[in-house]
Amino acid sequence: MKLQKSTTLALFSVLEFAANPGRQLAAAEIAEKYGASTHHLAKVLRELGRAGLVESARGVGGGYRFSGNARRLTLMDVIELFEDISTRTGESDEFDQSSDVGRALGAVMAEVDEIAKATFRSITVDTMLKLIERQRRAAGNAQTASQG
Amino acid sequence: MSRAQAQDAVPPELRVRPVEAADLGQVIAIDTETTGIEKTDYWYELFHRYGGGRTRQRLFLVAESGSVIQGFIIGEVRDWEFGSAPCGWVFGLSVRASARLAGVGARLLDAICDGFRHAGVNKVRTLLARDNSLVLSFFRSQGMMAAPFIPLEKDLN
Repeated sequence: MKLQKSTTLALFSVLEFAANPGRQLAAAEIAEKYGASTHHLAKVLRELGRAGLVESARGVGGGYRFSGNARRLTLMDVIELFEDISTRTGESDEFDQSSDVGRALGAVMAEVDEIAKATFRSITVDTMLKLIERQRRAAGNAQTASQG
Repeated sequence: MSRAQAQDAVPPELRVRPVEAADLGQVIAIDTETTGIEKTDYWYELFHRYGGGRTRQRLFLVAESGSVIQGFIIGEVRDWEFGSAPCGWVFGLSVRASARLAGVGARLLDAICDGFRHAGVNKVRTLLARDNSLVLSFFRSQGMMAAPFIPLEKDLN
C-alpha cells in the first residue's frame, strides 16, 4: 500500500506536534526537516486544523501545536483525512480483473492491504511516540557500543 | 479525570494472583460480557489445565480489587512450534468493561510477562483477529510489534 505525499506529510506533522505538545512549531521548520514545500505543508496543516488535530498559535513566531488526543488518535484516523484507504481492496485498478491471473493477483494484494489497514487502525499516536523513543534509545545504545 | 489520566490510574488495591476455582463465576461473566457467548464448560476445562499455578509453563491470572475480579489473562510457554524458540504465548485477556482504561490490562500483561521470564523465556507473542482494534491497540501500546509469522487458514469441506 502506497500512501500519497500529503498523507505522509500529515503523519510526520502530527507526530512532530504530538511529540512536543507544549511547543509551537513553525510550518517552515517541519517542511525543512522532511524536505517538503511550505506551500504543500500549509495545505496539509489546514486540513489537520479543520479536523481539530492541530491549532495555529498566534503571537510572536506563530506556528502550530497539537490539539488532538494522542491516546485515541490512530494512524488510520490521520490517513483517512487525506485518502480513503478503508475501501481499498487491492482488486481495483492495479490488476486487470477480467483474467484469472489478474483476479488472483488482486486477491493477494487485497490480503496485503487488509493487514496494512489493521496495522494503521491499531496504532495510536501515543504508541508511535513510545516507538520513536525506543528507536532513539536503541540507536543511541548502538552508537555507544560501536564507540566502545 | 481525563482518559489519559485514567489510563495511568491503576486502583491501588489491585492485586494480580493465580486464578482460584471460586473466581470462575466472575471470569465467565467477564468473558460473556465481552464475547456475548457463555462458555462455562470451556472455562472449567481451562481452569483444570491452566489454573492453580500447576506449572511454571502455564499461567492463568486474575486482577482482583477487593472481592471483585476486574480481569484475567491466560498464557503458556510454547516450545519449538515450526522451529520457533520457546516463547510466552498470551491467548486470553479480558477486562471488565467498567474497569477499562485504568491500567488493569497493563498490570495483567506485566504479571504474565514476569511469569514467562521466570519460566526462562524472553519473548512474548499473541494472536488476534485483525478487526479487534481495541485489544490490538492495547498490545501495541504495550510495545508489541508484528511478529515474523503469518497466520493462515482454509475452509475444510
